[in-house]
Amino acid sequence: MDCEGITRALDRPGPFLGTYSPYVRSGATARGEGVPPVAIPAQATVPRTTGGPPPRRLPVPPLAGALAAALLVSLVCGVGLGAAGVTWGETLRYMRAGLTGGSIAPDEVAAYTIVWELRFPRALLAAVVGAGLSAIGVAVQAMVRNALADPFVLGISSGAAVGANAVLLFGALGSLGVWALSGAAFASALAAMLLVYLAARTPHGLTPLRLVLTGSAMYYGFSAITTLMVFSAERGESARSAMMWLLGSLGGATWSSVPIAACAVLAGLGYLLWTARGLNALAMGDETAAALGVDADRLRRRLFVVAAAVTGAVVAVSGAIGFVGLMVPHVTRMLVGADHRRVLAVAPLLGAVLLVWVDIVSRLLLAPVELPVGVITALIGVPCFVLLMRRRGYVFGGA
Amino acid sequence: MRVDIEGLAVEIAGARLVEDIALRADSGRFVGLIGPNGSGKSTLLRCVYRALKPAAGTVRLDGDDLHALGVREGARRLAALPQESTSEFDFTAAEVVAMGRLPHQSAAGRTTDRDREICAAALARVGGGHLADRSFPTLSGGEKQRVLIARALAQEPKVLVLDEPTNHLDIAQQLEVLSLVRGAGLTVLAALHDLNLAATHCDALYVIAGGRIVASGPPDAVLTPELLADVFGVRALRVPHPESGTPHLLFDRLPAS
Repeated sequence: MDCEGITRALDRPGPFLGTYSPYVRSGATARGEGVPPVAIPAQATVPRTTGGPPPRRLPVPPLAGALAAALLVSLVCGVGLGAAGVTWGETLRYMRAGLTGGSIAPDEVAAYTIVWELRFPRALLAAVVGAGLSAIGVAVQAMVRNALADPFVLGISSGAAVGANAVLLFGALGSLGVWALSGAAFASALAAMLLVYLAARTPHGLTPLRLVLTGSAMYYGFSAITTLMVFSAERGESARSAMMWLLGSLGGATWSSVPIAACAVLAGLGYLLWTARGLNALAMGDETAAALGVDADRLRRRLFVVAAAVTGAVVAVSGAIGFVGLMVPHVTRMLVGADHRRVLAVAPLLGAVLLVWVDIVSRLLLAPVELPVGVITALIGVPCFVLLMRRRGYVFGGA
Repeated sequence: MRVDIEGLAVEIAGARLVEDIALRADSGRFVGLIGPNGSGKSTLLRCVYRALKPAAGTVRLDGDDLHALGVREGARRLAALPQESTSEFDFTAAEVVAMGRLPHQSAAGRTTDRDREICAAALARVGGGHLADRSFPTLSGGEKQRVLIARALAQEPKVLVLDEPTNHLDIAQQLEVLSLVRGAGLTVLAALHDLNLAATHCDALYVIAGGRIVASGPPDAVLTPELLADVFGVRALRVPHPESGTPHLLFDRLPAS
């Protein structure tokens, strides 16, 4: 037989095989006598490059610091900019007066009210809502392992709007007082989420297509219910109110609407940061999560409740604002990579800054007419998103 | 660490997919699980790495009931490479390996220098040091498997469960992956498709068909033409390898009877 040459060639360490010879009789190695651990040196293996260069990633602490500073500046801008001409000097003086309990002259009351009672809570609420939607977008995307998921696309935001609307227009759950609005939004967000999840679920898990189709269908359903409720209520400005719920608006912001939303967002964000490693495992799949010692079902159930609570609290004060929860997590991952510890440190800050500016633009663009926030998020977001996605080596959704 | 499976049964949606499984893998041994598609290999392994709960029976690691341990404690002893390894998320290879430290870390705890050393060593051990900063979803199949093996090694387990680790790999990558696993010094339980690879790499084979173990023992004793005709429906011819003398199998369709 003329295999002599071939087998001898195979005896030599090949480029792929290192020191390993696959033809060693298994019995010999099986007993484990004197067999050194096989370690293939890196250079022995020809790197078969299929991807591009390593993705560039920004360091998180400086980025988060810069965004925090930008958020402070944005908040001041949010308070200072507006249709009613209040100078920057006055704005800062009123803010200081409000924060420190200082006094103002009687003729300044009107301007002070605009700055302190209208614009300041509104800017703060924009930041809270932006941070909350972004954080929940991150969580929901990891939870269903789908790039297309966010509270809006999946119909959760519009579901929450149904509950919030029922309270505002028909006085449902009146016995709960200030908690009625958030409570109803939370309950209906949870219900909407469960409905989407159960309807999209198959014995083989969640498929992206089913999920998005179900979510979109539910979105239209919930939006229809909201519209119906708005138009059947005996109050003026029905059409504008409907726009507010379906496209989002921060026009109703008062100091009383800030605390519940802020607490819900901070608590939700705290939980997500605490469980960020679990989110990483979940993003790799349920099987992998199980192998890494993460109870995927339990984590997902908890994420359900957290996502519903934060979405409910946010929607109760701002309506269903789209695009932020979808876009900000993506942009963040393009900047810092997919590790949820990094993503969750950056995404809420980015979302907060974004929404403060979106709200400023929505107030000023066609002043004195206010545009729904969702219009501006889409107008700014869509081109930014497409540009970023094309420029960087971003592989989410398949290389 | 020894693995003992006794009387194991797994049900999904009321259907009993595997039943009455008894399997033993002694410490440091490479035990192969073979069987046709749909025979219950994956179901059995998923139960072993705890993606599924047993309907009956136990999986014991050195005598401790695995499903009675905490999930994290279990993951410190037993690591797995599940069949699904795709993720849309743009993790780097180093980040994927770092996930192996998860069962050793408290939720909010920081990543320690020791964690980083273990991960770097694990990646170097599989010859993947140069992959660390590469995007995991863009790696080739063989590179992905190496990174996932590194993740399993970073878990510092005593037992490694592999569900068809050579799927979609070219032959050089298949041999490489199996040699890496062999060299790790762990107790290995692996479902394998390629019977010749199973024969040359495993210390013992278990044959599963219709959710039950139908044969077990050393590869030489298990891989008989009769069993292969019975379980896989193929005609098999055993020929000695010209160099090592190991029996190799040549396959053909069964003659129509």
